[in-house]
Amino acid sequence: MEVLRMSDAVSVLESPGTRAHPRWVRISHWILAASFLTLAVSGFVILMAHPRLYWGEAGNDLMPALIELPFTPNSGGVDFADRTPIFQDAAGPISANRTTRIFNENGWGRSLHFLSAWFLVIPGAIYLLAGIFGGHFRSHLWPGAQELAPRLVWREFLEHLRFQIRHATGGPDYGVMQKLSYSFVVFLAAPLIVLTGLTMSPTVSAAFPFLLRLFGGFQSARTIHFATFVALLLFVLVHIVMVIASGFRRQIRAMTVGLASRSLEASGGPPTRRFAAASADSLREKPERRLGKV
Amino acid sequence: MKVSSRITRRTAIAAGLASLGGVVFARYPRELPPTYGHILRMGDAVTYAAQRALLPRQGLVREYSRAEITSFPAIGTTDPGIRRTDLAAEYRRLQDGGFAEWKLSVEGRVTTPRTFSLDELKQLPSRTQITRHTCEEGWSAIGEWTGVPLRLVLEAAGIQPSARFVKYSAYDDWVDSIDLLDALHPQTVLAYGMNGRDLPIPHGAPVRLRVETQLGAKSLKFLHRVVVLDEFDDGGPEGSIQNGWSWYMGI
Repeated sequence: MEVLRMSDAVSVLESPGTRAHPRWVRISHWILAASFLTLAVSGFVILMAHPRLYWGEAGNDLMPALIELPFTPNSGGVDFADRTPIFQDAAGPISANRTTRIFNENGWGRSLHFLSAWFLVIPGAIYLLAGIFGGHFRSHLWPGAQELAPRLVWREFLEHLRFQIRHATGGPDYGVMQKLSYSFVVFLAAPLIVLTGLTMSPTVSAAFPFLLRLFGGFQSARTIHFATFVALLLFVLVHIVMVIASGFRRQIRAMTVGLASRSLEASGGPPTRRFAAASADSLREKPERRLGKV
Repeated sequence: MKVSSRITRRTAIAAGLASLGGVVFARYPRELPPTYGHILRMGDAVTYAAQRALLPRQGLVREYSRAEITSFPAIGTTDPGIRRTDLAAEYRRLQDGGFAEWKLSVEGRVTTPRTFSLDELKQLPSRTQITRHTCEEGWSAIGEWTGVPLRLVLEAAGIQPSARFVKYSAYDDWVDSIDLLDALHPQTVLAYGMNGRDLPIPHGAPVRLRVETQLGAKSLKFLHRVVVLDEFDDGGPEGSIQNGWSWYMGI
């Protein structure tokens, strides 16, 4: 029987850069990144046509908004004429004719949004399946119970605030802050933004009416969709800052060609890059697995 | 050779993919809207094909109570009569006569092409539904619509089995079309009433279409003509595709 010593654990945690990002992770990363960028731009174009957010099923210019974005061409500048009460009650709902020609680029905005959404949904689903069944999420993304000790999390949080960023390992040996934020994106934000997006489709919500009940209506789904986008945008900004802070060139190389470590190159270099990554992987597979059970 | 009868994970996955493939192939639309080589229109076609192939068919949209009716903006054409076209002049004439002489022409792949007056439409079985109008701009409104299901009108004219699409034209020059799945949907209605009154002019008097499974832009107002088609027709310069918009707006 093998016994895991504390010294093994320390060496596993502290020897950086011997594991590379698997190729399927690198490919998914860039497809999803490009898709997110296109979705963000086209989504903003769509939002500019009607920069008001509501809660519930219905919301329009004749109804009060939950939030109104102030900085878009249509903000506050839509006029109506011929206001007529719908029922006898003059204080009740009304019908009115819009007299403003509004800014609307949704012809290309919407179609680009849904085209790029396919590049989020299909590679994203493959990534999720591969990550769940291949063990990638369990070994690298999902934080272990011992990592979630409040003192450790708090310490690493403070380190990040002081900008004491660990040097890039070039592989998926993530700290607990990374694991928590990547898990938030993969398991919560991405599924939520896809589901609220689907809820806004009249054909999808007719086929699956529980989606409207789940999110509290069409406009609620639209508001949650936007709020999730804001959270994802914040994640991407922090992610980019962290990539720069932890060694930009090395991180980009690790997520593209997939080099495990500069130290391997410095030590005379491996026979081939692929071999270096593979052998490093196989060497480290077992201690990591056992460590997870301690 | 001994054949193993054990179901392995691999055979289970293969069987699952094969049956999914069979379902998708059988439900895949026989004709997709043209793309004219435009990448965005290709994306639209993928979305249309995927929704038709994968989703349960003709699910009913949610209906609401009268207390949930909301304010309702009228946008786009709010009075077709003020335009300087022949159709606008015709619309003014009909409007002056209280739409008593208005007629909906139903033609194309039907055994008896014919017209329906407003009274003739009102004699057919009616349907009243309180639904959500969802605009591509991002807003939504709840209203009550009364009218005759398009299916009943098409059947009254004798829709032929070769029919695939239904095209419709409006007095404000717009032309659009839907596939037969949406045309025969129980909530697709030729509406002549809104919120318990006659359909007001800003909302499409005397008759507008309600395609509840798609965005509001498909629900043309001020209708005058319905054409049943065997093949896709993009509607020319008045149709959505040549105006840079997706034809399918179920999303």
